[in-house]
Amino acid sequence: MYQNSGVLLVYRKAVHGDSRIAPFLFTWWQKGFLFFRTGIRKRPFYRDFLTKTGQNDYPLRSTNELIYCQFMEATGAEIVVRCLAEEGVEFVFGYPGGAVLNIYDEIFKQDKFKHVLVRHEQAAVHAADAYARSTGRVGVALVTSGPGVTNAVTGIATAYMDSVPIVVVTGQVPTPAIGLDAFQEVDTVGITRPCVKHNFLVKDVKDLAATMKKAFIIAATGRPGPVVVDVPKDVTAHITDFVYPDTVEMRSYNPVVKGHSGQLKRAVQMLLDAKRPMVYAGGGVVLGEAAEQLVELARLLGFPVTNTLMGLGGYPATDKQNLGMLGMHGTYEANMAMQHCDVLLAVGARFDDRVIGSPAHFAREQRSIIHVDVDPSSISKRVKVDVPIVGDVKNVLTDMLALLKQAKDRPDAGALNAWWAQIELWRSKNCLKYNKQSPIIKPQYVVEKLWEVTKGDAFITSDVGQHQMWAAQYYKFDKPRRWINSGGLGTMGVGLPYAMGVQLAHPEAQVACITGESSIQMCIQELSTCKQYRIPIKIVTLNNRYMGMVRQWQEFFYGSRYAESYMESLPDFVKLAEAYGHVGMRIDKPEDVEAALKEAFSPALKERLVFMDFQTDQTENVFPMVEGGKGLSEMILAEEL
Amino acid sequence: MVRRHIISLLMENEAGALSRVAGLFSARAYNIESLTVAPTEDATLSRMTIVTVGSEDIIEQITKQLNKLVDVIKVMDLTEGAHIERELMLVKVKAVGAGRDEMKRTSDIFRGRIIDVTEATYTIELTGAGSKLDAFLEAIDSASIIETVRTGASGIGRGERSLKV
Repeated sequence: MYQNSGVLLVYRKAVHGDSRIAPFLFTWWQKGFLFFRTGIRKRPFYRDFLTKTGQNDYPLRSTNELIYCQFMEATGAEIVVRCLAEEGVEFVFGYPGGAVLNIYDEIFKQDKFKHVLVRHEQAAVHAADAYARSTGRVGVALVTSGPGVTNAVTGIATAYMDSVPIVVVTGQVPTPAIGLDAFQEVDTVGITRPCVKHNFLVKDVKDLAATMKKAFIIAATGRPGPVVVDVPKDVTAHITDFVYPDTVEMRSYNPVVKGHSGQLKRAVQMLLDAKRPMVYAGGGVVLGEAAEQLVELARLLGFPVTNTLMGLGGYPATDKQNLGMLGMHGTYEANMAMQHCDVLLAVGARFDDRVIGSPAHFAREQRSIIHVDVDPSSISKRVKVDVPIVGDVKNVLTDMLALLKQAKDRPDAGALNAWWAQIELWRSKNCLKYNKQSPIIKPQYVVEKLWEVTKGDAFITSDVGQHQMWAAQYYKFDKPRRWINSGGLGTMGVGLPYAMGVQLAHPEAQVACITGESSIQMCIQELSTCKQYRIPIKIVTLNNRYMGMVRQWQEFFYGSRYAESYMESLPDFVKLAEAYGHVGMRIDKPEDVEAALKEAFSPALKERLVFMDFQTDQTENVFPMVEGGKGLSEMILAEEL
Repeated sequence: MVRRHIISLLMENEAGALSRVAGLFSARAYNIESLTVAPTEDATLSRMTIVTVGSEDIIEQITKQLNKLVDVIKVMDLTEGAHIERELMLVKVKAVGAGRDEMKRTSDIFRGRIIDVTEATYTIELTGAGSKLDAFLEAIDSASIIETVRTGASGIGRGERSLKV
């Protein structure tokens, strides 16, 4: 971008009594991108300079005095590190290796952000992902070439499936070695292409700063997602002029922001005419910071709301209008209302297979669908919709609210009351009831107690399986960004690194990882990272000695043939936690659950990681359940077995 | 209804851009009959023509997914309106004895041009819609075909209809 390496740039001091230099030049000087010199070159490069740096709208005024300035030079490694600092990055989660040694050397010399050394690259990406999910800012991971990248791929794919904004900087072998099967070489751009929003291979150090800027813009805007920047080792050593642009124009990338006004009007009229309305809110509400608008809209209209697994916290779980989660393990009332509504407002959700089950069965009931999503390709993908609205969810809901407030009509109160009466009937099935008299610890009970002990205000991460569903069903999330889990990819092993990322971002918050004895072993090495950085998360292991969800499917659909789902030879988790320098607890009886949780969250253990190994009922299953491929209202309920 | 569609797109002329499109089609199990790509008069842009087959829903998803690629600037389904479609084929055929004149005549009928001649072969250049090229291959004796190479379809909108940045 800045082809005149080392060129002197001239700024003409403005007259009209204004002798200040252009504000952006001043800022760049402050940031160390420029230094000023006098009397070296006579030819004004000013206009050229402005055009090159995207500042060509700055007016050139008549002048009589010249100031010369010159870009500072930097190596590629310095540029990477300074770009991250310019982006206001707080934490870089990473693991060093040959191809990124130059970058690590620059990290060593700076104090703008903290580097967190994980024990496996997968965890670096998960932690960056959780940092992003819990804060809304872009998470950053840094890994080396080859195995560093392949280890990171699971983390990248996890973030991609859940639309999480992260930037992953990967080392690459030097450009002359690319394609020659060099040591620790993989085709990073090729391997990651199907699971990133975009990726770059930076072959010229002059493109590096602008590429980093693009990466952050692409990751965070539109439908967010992971962006990989692959930087060959020789590029990190090359030197060029450095300036970090405030923004970079991309003619091929312009996400839609505002909803179409005609469609908005149609949607609002449809909502006002609804007899059996339903609001179906997904992860887009959380990612798009639209929880406030969603609550206002639902309350204004008095409509029932359901959240997807990814959308939990987008509408307060303890609110009367919330019917709980829907889908494969959704509540009876949410799934029934979803199936039988006449107008469905889908917001930041994508009708995926775990949410609506069979699309053919879903289509049996007539209903009009309004679908709001920032990604046009999410609309009419699995389910045909009547009113598509492409746009940023927050903007669309704000516009909808304005139209609703102007409108004179209100939804038919009689019809709405009848609809609520029907919903209450469904709700009275109390589909989440379980045996509270059991002498063995029920996993649901542990989650309920955790909710009580943390006053419903903790950040909860989970792994994948039964415990994840119980966490989603029994921990009532009232705020967005409190529930951090792998919904799309379903990655076992995320829970512990997720908790690390969340706790570092929110040092004073209570952070618990609800996990199972199988999932936790998939990234268990991160207990060491937690020790190094004194990350005082609380691990709640619902240990039923089985891959519980696999076991459940085998019980229901494979004649109780438990093929390879029993977890043999488990470690003593108490000793394991202690070996890593943490506190371990084993809880065998229901009456000890609450005390253990209270102790773990007590001020005495505030600074410590506590690993709680709850010995739970091996035979407990997650209900309600919609079998894969079945219709949403064809639920298996607890009492039916 | 499953129909053949010609999708034209403009994208950044960057390394790996083609693999993003090809990868998208294989990852999402979309059909791809042919794909041609070359830089445009603006060297920073590549123009790609993709021939695909699918239902309306699938084609809608294909255009949306293509638009979603960060390198893609514009996408147009040419088959939605009036358009011209051309494909180039080179055919090397046996041309001996009586068949030699016959081959020349058939080539003329299809407005082919013989661009290389040996004692025993002709190489014929033919352009047209894919169906015309198919028709030519059917019109000549299949045993006389030594080799064929086709570019895949290129297309452009008729009249004012255009795809540009």
